Amino acid sequence: MTADNGASKALSFHVEGEHHVPNGTLLGFWIYLMSDCLIFACLFAAYGVLGHEYAGGPRASEVLELPIVAVNTTLLLLSSITYGFAVLEMQANRKGMMMMWLAITGLLGAGFIGLELKEFAHLISIGAGPQRSAFLSSFFTLVGTHGLHVTSGLIWLVTLMVQVGKKGLIPANKRRLMCLSMFWHFLDLIWVGVFSFVYLMGVLS
Amino acid sequence: MLAHPDLTTLIFGRLTLDQLPLHEPIVVGTFIVVALGALALLGAVTYFRLWGYLWREWFTSIDHKKIGVMYIILALVMLLRGFSDAIMMRAQQAISFGHSTGYLPPFHYDQIFTAHGVIMIFFVAMPFVTGLMNFVMPLQIGARDVAFPFLNNFSLWMTISGAVLVMISLFVGEFARTGWLAYPPLSDIVASPDAGVDYYIWALQIAGVGTLLSGVNLLTTIIKMRAPGMTLMRMPIFSWTALCTNVLIVAAFPVLTAALALLALDRYAGTNFFTTMLGGNAMMYVNLIWIWGHPEVYILVLPAFGVFSEVTATFCRKRLFGYASMVYATVVITVLSYLVWLHHFFTMGSGASVNSFFGITTMIISIPTGAKIFNWLFTMYRGRIHFEVPMMWTVAFMITFVIGGMTGVMLAIPPADFSLHNSLFLIAHFHNVIIGGVLFGMFAGVNYWFPKAFGFRLDPFWGKCAFWFWVIGFYFAFMPLYVLGFMGVTRRLSHFDNPDLQKWFVIAAFGAFLILLGILSMLMQFYVSFRDREKLRDVTGDPWDARTLEWSTSSPPPKYNFAFTPLINDNDAWWQMKQHRYQRPSQGYLPIHMPKNTGAGIIMAGFATVFGFAMIWYMWPLAIIAFVALLTTAIAHTFNYERDYYIPVDEVARVEAARTELLASHV
Repeated sequence: MTADNGASKALSFHVEGEHHVPNGTLLGFWIYLMSDCLIFACLFAAYGVLGHEYAGGPRASEVLELPIVAVNTTLLLLSSITYGFAVLEMQANRKGMMMMWLAITGLLGAGFIGLELKEFAHLISIGAGPQRSAFLSSFFTLVGTHGLHVTSGLIWLVTLMVQVGKKGLIPANKRRLMCLSMFWHFLDLIWVGVFSFVYLMGVLS
Repeated sequence: MLAHPDLTTLIFGRLTLDQLPLHEPIVVGTFIVVALGALALLGAVTYFRLWGYLWREWFTSIDHKKIGVMYIILALVMLLRGFSDAIMMRAQQAISFGHSTGYLPPFHYDQIFTAHGVIMIFFVAMPFVTGLMNFVMPLQIGARDVAFPFLNNFSLWMTISGAVLVMISLFVGEFARTGWLAYPPLSDIVASPDAGVDYYIWALQIAGVGTLLSGVNLLTTIIKMRAPGMTLMRMPIFSWTALCTNVLIVAAFPVLTAALALLALDRYAGTNFFTTMLGGNAMMYVNLIWIWGHPEVYILVLPAFGVFSEVTATFCRKRLFGYASMVYATVVITVLSYLVWLHHFFTMGSGASVNSFFGITTMIISIPTGAKIFNWLFTMYRGRIHFEVPMMWTVAFMITFVIGGMTGVMLAIPPADFSLHNSLFLIAHFHNVIIGGVLFGMFAGVNYWFPKAFGFRLDPFWGKCAFWFWVIGFYFAFMPLYVLGFMGVTRRLSHFDNPDLQKWFVIAAFGAFLILLGILSMLMQFYVSFRDREKLRDVTGDPWDARTLEWSTSSPPPKYNFAFTPLINDNDAWWQMKQHRYQRPSQGYLPIHMPKNTGAGIIMAGFATVFGFAMIWYMWPLAIIAFVALLTTAIAHTFNYERDYYIPVDEVARVEAARTELLASHV
């Protein structure tokens, strides 16, 4: 109390003028993606536990067809590249070019979903549906959850294209495009896991 | 209707009039009381013309303070429901001996113990914790709101939506009879074909969306929105525990979502994840659910530790002892909470080495927790302790939680667990830590921060009544269960043959009755405090002479929390400001950027409730309609770009001047 050395330095206790809080959207979305990643982790774990429980039904090597999945994987990997081009155009503020790349991304994604549905329909038609064995349950759930994510990505993509069409490349829309970008690349990454862990290793087994 | 049975099934699914429990007098009686209460409430709201006010100022509010308060109201309402279940079980077990079968048939009793567990964890403890973090944390770190204000409102309503589904199950159909974690194969479609488990799944999934999003939100808030100068190691301990809790929420709840989704697929789509045939593995469910479940108990208790830290420092008028060790202990607990889940099923045959590993990690957790206890004790040592109600809860916590912690370490020893598992000893242990830790912490927190939220203190007399009834009632209710557990009595029984046991159950029932008096005292406390609010008014904004930033604002704080963003130079920021006789600036205000209210959150959660209900009863067309409506509302909401506004300078100046005047008149 005698010296009171703190007061002599005259500390300041508030910010004069405006204090800008940094925008947390990208960080928040990234945290959300990590939580989503954990859902996939659980599904991968379930596949790891149940992936060999054929219950007398078809084995992985009998039902998984690599050629169709090779095309599928190519489509999805390409769509990540085209989304990357869209982001480059966005940063250069070229709305038209960006929309074109987004449209191509969407078409590639839709192609991926189409092929996946075709594969599912084929499996179900030969009696290898998700009810047949624990292996098939975990296979359909893991691959299907990824497919559902891509589908929601497509809905989001269309919504964003409409919004960019209406409002242009305003900061809010750019932020949303960056979030979708993270989402899209994240799904690509998950697919690399699915492709290696489920398809490649399944065919090898 | 009979001419078109298919159409009826299409619209109503498997819901028929038989599903209304008209043959159960207890449920009908409860329904009449609840319905009359609801009618009276709705009537009063209509009579006093409060609908517009409630809609504008509360339901659509994106103010973190109001959302926090609404979470806590939800927790208190659901506490009444969860406690009704508890006292019914205690009454049943006290009388159901020998020839008497008690008053609850097993079908009903099994639903009650399941609902009790689910409600107390998901709809009492979770909203309490989330509500407190929502209200306090942004104020403590000097922020004006959370990072995503709309998402916050949506999270609240999704949580309420889950609670509504659980409440509906009381009167339409039935709730799960599986225990609160719904292990398969008991919870699969063969053993539990009715709607009970589906209520469980959808209530938790919908509320889980809210919990997860709120975790993302609060985490981002803490990382991005701390006031300048508030480095992580200057952050108040409550905010630190909020940070760790939200890390746990984000890292644990997805596992629950996945486990419940797989269970739902087994029940709805006929998959074979956890079935007993075609390669399913029920143990995988048990593993997954506890990989979520163990971190969950730390999600609940860490914020309570945060409350005790704030309360102890404030009421001992001392800086918290060992701030850094407190932070590290919290972080260590956060990490360790993921390495112990298997201790929930030592008896399920993982083998000696696996059991030893998880036994040892479990015991290790008691080290950081013990360090915290010592920190609080050393804070009290030679402090000027003011035994206000929050401090009394803190002392009761320290004693009770240490007992619960020690019985926990006993259970962590696998050989001991083999004889104690699934017994009433376990029940006594986890009530010992959850009531003694989480609930006592929340009660301390409510008494501590109530004046900040409403501008008047809670009445201390009724607060002390509640305290003594609760604490003594707790010991009467749960100490006998330790004894019974040692005698080998297992959990979830509705009838006993051995008359020697009855006296212990009667003592436990008496304890539950004391807790009832404690709860009534709390309600009385709210009423009396509201009645005497002028006498209990807090004009200073700092009724406890506290240390952290939330006490630097008025009580209740203005919408914008802080007219000027605070600059932080010390852990106990507000204490330091008081030491330096800091004067609030009275001019130089700027317009303040704030988010606008929106009804999108409550509307979307409403659709989610309808969707959940339709899925539970197999009303497929309705489910599709509700889901599309939910999606459309969400997309439509993203087309709204005008989400914020500026509070004009003169309004800020007016609010601040009113406060200056109030402070000057009460020096």
